[in-house]
Amino acid sequence: MASGRVINLARFLGRAAEPAAAAQSSALQYSTVGGVAAYKLPDLPYDHSALEPVISGEIMELHHKKHHAAYVTNLNKALEEYADAESNKDLQKMISLQSAINFNGGGHINHDIFWTNLCPEKDAAPPSGELLAAIEAKWGSLEKFTATFSAKTAAVQGSGWGWLGLNKETKALEIATCANQDPLAAKGLVPLLGIDVWEHAYYLQYKNVRPDYLKAIWKVVNWENVAQRYKAAKA
Amino acid sequence: MPFTLPPLPYAMDALEPHMSKRTLEFHYGKHHQAYLDNMNKQIAGSELEAKTLEGVVLSSWNNGSPTPVFNNAAQVWNHTFFWENMKPNGGGAPSGKLADAINASFGSLDEFKAQFKNAGATQFGSGWAWLVADKAGKLTVEKTPNAVTPLVEGKTPILTMDVWEHAYYLDVQNRRPDYMNTFVEKLIDWEAVAKRFEVATA
Repeated sequence: MASGRVINLARFLGRAAEPAAAAQSSALQYSTVGGVAAYKLPDLPYDHSALEPVISGEIMELHHKKHHAAYVTNLNKALEEYADAESNKDLQKMISLQSAINFNGGGHINHDIFWTNLCPEKDAAPPSGELLAAIEAKWGSLEKFTATFSAKTAAVQGSGWGWLGLNKETKALEIATCANQDPLAAKGLVPLLGIDVWEHAYYLQYKNVRPDYLKAIWKVVNWENVAQRYKAAKA
Repeated sequence: MPFTLPPLPYAMDALEPHMSKRTLEFHYGKHHQAYLDNMNKQIAGSELEAKTLEGVVLSSWNNGSPTPVFNNAAQVWNHTFFWENMKPNGGGAPSGKLADAINASFGSLDEFKAQFKNAGATQFGSGWAWLVADKAGKLTVEKTPNAVTPLVEGKTPILTMDVWEHAYYLDVQNRRPDYMNTFVEKLIDWEAVAKRFEVATA
């Protein structure tokens, strides 16, 4: 029986950068109903069709209301089972639940960030100020950054994500990729901008041509959000 | 000599309504073809060209530190295997020695199906579910990520199901369980599986 106490997702994820992970996961919506802890699927900051024609409404609906929703549902289920196992001191069961918590918890964290990283094309503006300066310092130009990011992300084998992250120690921007739903925090980076390259993120529209999706998606990147995350990460 | 793709064992629309023509056009015509084309580019002029496809897979696996060739070579092999273990009006049940082996190893066909689908469901990212036979006829269900195949562990797979999203997304979108049910009930060519079992236990 879940005790209703707060289950810190950061205990399971992002061990290498716990403060960053905790900061991220504490932003996740969470409620306790009748003593049972539950993470919540966030609403999109825009309509499902708002990113057309870059990402179709059909993809956004499936991606948000089916895939992300399933991560949340399965995360909550696994956490409830974990709490039960913990109160029964069933260590074997706790261990066996880790992969479901990692996978679904990572999926929830990643998609929660992703939706805020995107915006309708008409609202999108290129980066400026400190963020742009940091990008230019590291990669030479915004174009070289996006080309490098797209190339590395296109090369992800199977399912995964491409990320722009901030190295908390060096304060440097870095591009990194993660497999499946492995959270970026586990690599010691604070996630600023993530691009999902699981096939479900683009297949109905772009089919096997992942590079076309990666080329197009820059039109709907919400650099303002990325800049906010950058500012918060440096603080 | 560059490798070529064997033709599909059936017409692109032959697996309808269980697996659409559209899916096969992309899955075989684009994904499988791209793995082949990319592998050929990678191995051109190298000693790998002289090997069999399995030889290229095993060599590029490089004892667990796969080279860039592996992802392409293994996916070429995996997909050819996949097409070969489906047929129009497939499904039903195995018979003979294979049926006996399934009962011996799993208790029942239903229990095998449950385990096989569970493997597909819990291969969280991209990958494959497999039925593997050893020389004594003992069967086990396995799952592998991305391009990995039981071949690299010296094992003999006799059945596989692709659970990369591209295998089912055009037909059933996120509903992987529906795809897996359809595969198990309507697509498996149990005769092809039985033949592989025969070879594995010879």
